[in-house]
Amino acid sequence: MSVLMSFRMAIQSILSSKIRSLLTMLGIIIGVAAVIVLVNLVTAAQLQMRTQLESMGTNLISVSIRRGGWGSTRSVSVSEVQEIADSNPDLIEYITPTVSSTVTVKYGANNLTTSLLGVNEHYETINNHAAGSGRFLTATDVENRSSVVVIGEYIKQELFGGQDPLGQEIKLNNEVFTVIGVLEKKSTNVTSGSDDDKLIIPYSRATRLIRNANITSFSVQAVSADVMEDATEAIENFLYKKFKSDNFYSVFNQAEMISSIDEALGVMTLLMAGIAGISLVVGGIGIMNIMLVTVTERTREIGIRKAIGAKTGAILIQFLIESAVISCIGGLIGIVVGVGGSAVICVAMEMSPVPFANQSTVIIGSFAFSALIGIFFGLYPARKAAKLNPIEALRFE
Amino acid sequence: MHVKPQEFISIIGPSGSGKSTLMNMIGCLDVPTAGDYFIDGVSVEHLSENELANLRNAKIGFIFQGFNLLSKLTALENVELPLIYQGMNPSRRKELAMEALERVGLKDRMKHTPKELSGGQQQRVAIARALSSRPPLILADEPTGNLDSRSGIEVMKMLQEIHQEGKTIVLITHDTDVARQAQRVVRIADGKITSDTTDTEGVVCE
Repeated sequence: MSVLMSFRMAIQSILSSKIRSLLTMLGIIIGVAAVIVLVNLVTAAQLQMRTQLESMGTNLISVSIRRGGWGSTRSVSVSEVQEIADSNPDLIEYITPTVSSTVTVKYGANNLTTSLLGVNEHYETINNHAAGSGRFLTATDVENRSSVVVIGEYIKQELFGGQDPLGQEIKLNNEVFTVIGVLEKKSTNVTSGSDDDKLIIPYSRATRLIRNANITSFSVQAVSADVMEDATEAIENFLYKKFKSDNFYSVFNQAEMISSIDEALGVMTLLMAGIAGISLVVGGIGIMNIMLVTVTERTREIGIRKAIGAKTGAILIQFLIESAVISCIGGLIGIVVGVGGSAVICVAMEMSPVPFANQSTVIIGSFAFSALIGIFFGLYPARKAAKLNPIEALRFE
Repeated sequence: MHVKPQEFISIIGPSGSGKSTLMNMIGCLDVPTAGDYFIDGVSVEHLSENELANLRNAKIGFIFQGFNLLSKLTALENVELPLIYQGMNPSRRKELAMEALERVGLKDRMKHTPKELSGGQQQRVAIARALSSRPPLILADEPTGNLDSRSGIEVMKMLQEIHQEGKTIVLITHDTDVARQAQRVVRIADGKITSDTTDTEGVVCE
């Protein structure tokens, strides 16, 4: 009995009762689609978080000093910050103090409240946010405490509308600053509170503007991804020496953050795939159920085949192939539904869809699993068919 | 009882006489609980299920009362079936099946499924299926039982022709008119042979 012939007969019998075949496949379709959708959504979320983190800058370490109670002056000085960098030249590429506050900004009749960031000229490299037009801060600006400001895209739109902001004077908390640059647009939706809603001035100027000379946070760019841990440790050691306690500061290591997110989401992916896998098993039981019915319905056919000379193995393979073909077709439909569905959901949730190449593992895996299920759950009905007594089967009405 | 090669023998008896059991044994569907059965000199006593299947495939062509064609396959595919189980290659298989269909005069209906054929035509497809693997023995179980008298006569004529061509035919029936068309008539009742008459003229009187 040729296998090819068995395939043809399997497809024939599937086509001859389309609704029943579809219902039989439904469990597998839903199972495969669910596995693919869930795994894809987790992957898409993971990719999104990674891109968000990476857009903040590469090899980034952020340090913040925890404030004590009211009136606390726990802080580091600019020279201390510089000392960290200078004493670890092989670990730390750039460092910038960051002074942040909220200010009222005014241009003509327009005004709004936004976040102010005081940094040095390295900020654009460390946080990967350069000026799209005009220029960023320079070392001279920082040294001279120049009243210059680089504005985000959101501020530009809100204050200036279509007008060119470069060289214009705006008032921050009623002090006059000159706009020297506009930051590159970073977020897809330019809104209040987004990455594009910020003002950047020299930190030396910022401490004056907000009348607080304390530096409570700074950002560091490590020399390379390989030395992230060493750099983090060097900073922690320095701060521990200064504060004599590790409760007074926190060091945020971007690489660590990414790997812990990856790890957590990896576990979640497995969990999701496992849960969806259960529905595949349930689908397999459905196939077994229908195959048992099919064997009973086709008892006479089996009898004829056996009388004509079909061996036990030929009948076994015929029914096994039929159940495998059903579950494989179900698997294929499930892949189409799953890939399509996850793309639609990604778009609806404003995430970038997972590239097709990244889905190959889950697609191949779930398809192979559904084929295995078809064979496994087809085995019992097929054996039952193969073992039928030809005389009784021929007499079956 | 001994069936000689190229003999046309009919086995007749009322229902419950053991006809079917005898047929199952002759057809190698069943093995006798006592006694022995030799087909072409081979004893079936110690054969496995798969060996019996091979034996049926090679030695016996079945013709049933209810035709027993596979309804989802075309006439050609039905005729091909015994050859498929022999593992014959597709082109040779098709050639032999067409030949058999031509023999029964249904070559033009080979793409039809059994539902699209009349009873007589279906039985002729079944005869073609029995002939396709060129077995020495044709076993016909009430071949005219489900047919109108005209188709029945046609089928019997065909069996006569096949016999003329050198096949051994065992015909099982309860109809004396059908039975007497064979050279040799064996009557059975209650599992025992009650008479065994051979007529060289091919006509048996009641």
